[in-house]
Amino acid sequence: MLFFEIVMVAMAAVRANMLRSVLTTLGIVIGIAAVITMVALGEGAQQRVEEQINRMGTSVLTVRPGQQMWGGVSRGDAELSVDDAIALRDESDGLLQVSPEQQSRLQVAYKRWNSNTQIMGVWPEYFEIYDHGLQYGRFFNQGEVQGRRRVAVLGFNMAETLGETPPELLVGETIQIRGIMFEVIGIMEEKGDAAWVRPDDQVFIPQSTAQYRVMGGRDRLNSIYAATDTPDQLDVAFAEIDRIMRREHRIKVGEEVDFNIRNSADLLETFNETTQTFAFLLAGIAAISLLVGGIGIMNIMLVSVTERTREIGVRKALGATRKAIMTQFLVEALFLCLLGGMIGVAAGYGASEMMTRVAAWETRVAPEAVVAAIGFSAAVGLFFGLWPARRAALLDPIDALRYE
Amino acid sequence: MSDIIRTEGLEKHYHLGAETVRACDGVDLLISQGEFVAIMGPSGSGKSTLMNMIGCLDTPTGGQYWLNGTLVSEFSEDELARVRNREIGFVFQTFNLLPRATALHNVELPLIYAGISSKERRRRASEKLELVGLGDRMGHKPPEMSGGQRQRVAIARALVNEPALLLADEPTGNLDSVTSEDVMRQFEELNEQGQTIVLVTHEHDIAGHAQRQVHLKDGLLEKDFLNPVEPTG
Ligand SMILES: Nc1ncnc2c1ncn2[C@@H]1O[C@H](COP(=O)(O)OP(=O)(O)O)[C@@H](O)[C@H]1O
Ligand SMILES: [Mg+2]
Repeated sequence: MLFFEIVMVAMAAVRANMLRSVLTTLGIVIGIAAVITMVALGEGAQQRVEEQINRMGTSVLTVRPGQQMWGGVSRGDAELSVDDAIALRDESDGLLQVSPEQQSRLQVAYKRWNSNTQIMGVWPEYFEIYDHGLQYGRFFNQGEVQGRRRVAVLGFNMAETLGETPPELLVGETIQIRGIMFEVIGIMEEKGDAAWVRPDDQVFIPQSTAQYRVMGGRDRLNSIYAATDTPDQLDVAFAEIDRIMRREHRIKVGEEVDFNIRNSADLLETFNETTQTFAFLLAGIAAISLLVGGIGIMNIMLVSVTERTREIGVRKALGATRKAIMTQFLVEALFLCLLGGMIGVAAGYGASEMMTRVAAWETRVAPEAVVAAIGFSAAVGLFFGLWPARRAALLDPIDALRYE
Repeated sequence: MSDIIRTEGLEKHYHLGAETVRACDGVDLLISQGEFVAIMGPSGSGKSTLMNMIGCLDTPTGGQYWLNGTLVSEFSEDELARVRNREIGFVFQTFNLLPRATALHNVELPLIYAGISSKERRRRASEKLELVGLGDRMGHKPPEMSGGQRQRVAIARALVNEPALLLADEPTGNLDSVTSEDVMRQFEELNEQGQTIVLVTHEHDIAGHAQRQVHLKDGLLEKDFLNPVEPTG
């Protein structure tokens, strides 16, 4: 009952100084907007990571060359060889599906068209590891790897890149990779991007062909991919890869390894660092704005208490308790902050939308985040309103009534 | 008749550096239910100080004060707020109305702090506004009213909680003489209906409306006497 009246009085006070109130809450507005945008970015990134992990394969481990150490001194990048890939395939008792990757950006030509394209030398297992599907034709097989055959499977976009429509006309045609003739045997389904990997724009050829006919005979792989049937085998697979690679590279127990084993989530983490950095920046802005905003609220509340000293005196003379006065000013500060909080949520929502449109960053404004932001602005109001409200409550009735 | 106000050696001393201002320096005062008392004295004699202590707006630095038989000089701030709300109606020289609120809302204020429901508040507040002759001005705000009207709103506000004690500190100090007479007649009427009133003034005409005069000088009681009874009829 009494509380309701106090709320009405506080609301009237905010409304009586609407312009001042809105200006005062600007800090809170910016702070809350930053919080909302930050969380929206984070949520969006999280969502994208999950999608990409799925696209990249949840149960794929990537082996990359690491630093070769000798007595604590780096001796440059270590190398991954085809023998490593063979060892991983043959000695893991069928736990792992393995494919090497030897890749290079090279000129691809067809009729009058040509394009600078990523050429991927892989094994047939590669298509299974990444669950690639075919639109037309077929993948190459183990026999064609052994025979170093000049056959190519094109990513979904390649037909268009090479100027052929409809794409199936390309199957059976001859293209040139770095001037060497290849027969197109298949065209893949659309896959979409996963982090920096764009399978739709790649051309896949047997690893052996890549090594001996296209890339100058060097036995030097970019990566080895290994997949398990289910994601819960990843830990075992990790240990197994570590064991086999240590033996292949003759690394003693206790010595540093010269390779890295990563899962998809690890790889994506680096990729998402940019949005993360931006999120941290926003967190900083949010913290500072909320602090400045809170101090602004405190300042305006002190002004309000001073301006209304007489009123406080009158209310006290008529029987308002300290608690009633305190509540009145706390609720007023709370209102100011909630007002700012709500404008901030709207602004944050707008900013998130804009980021999605302009920078193509995925965002998601979660209802929980909105509730939390409003709750947080309320907390700021209570915290920074406390001192002014206490000052009002502790005013001496006589002094307050005499105040000019 | 029972005592509404009883003070013994009531003191208010202010310490300003080495100097001590004895605004009230040991006042013994008895006021009974239904009395109409005027407190007189020159400026600075301690009238307001005494009045504020009687009205529980201020706390004494010494002595004791019983209101309606309760020793309120020992009360805490919140207990005093309750006493001000339930037992006392205060009228000020400067009206002390909330300028942005309507007359009705101003009169409702004490009832809000008494926790009365809005319907009942409205009923009681308009009743008191009718009583002081402002039934047709309830929606007006103080700046739209004359001094006399404002003071009558303040009187309605002071009466709205049916207080045991109506206090007024120079209520006519900001009014012209005609309006002052109106306001004083209002007080007389209220007193005739049994309302105990204590009023501070330094004007003899105003004090003449009361039944009894208490004179202060330098924070001390100087004279205390009954006004000659006016011939009735
Ligand atoms: N807060 C205060 N601090 C110091 N002196 C005060 C204070 N309030 C009143 N006084 C002094 O107490 C004396 C009585 O004041 P007051 O009760 O207001 O007189 P009156 O109402 O009779 O004119 C005056 O000398 C005044 O200066
Ligand atoms: Mg005075």
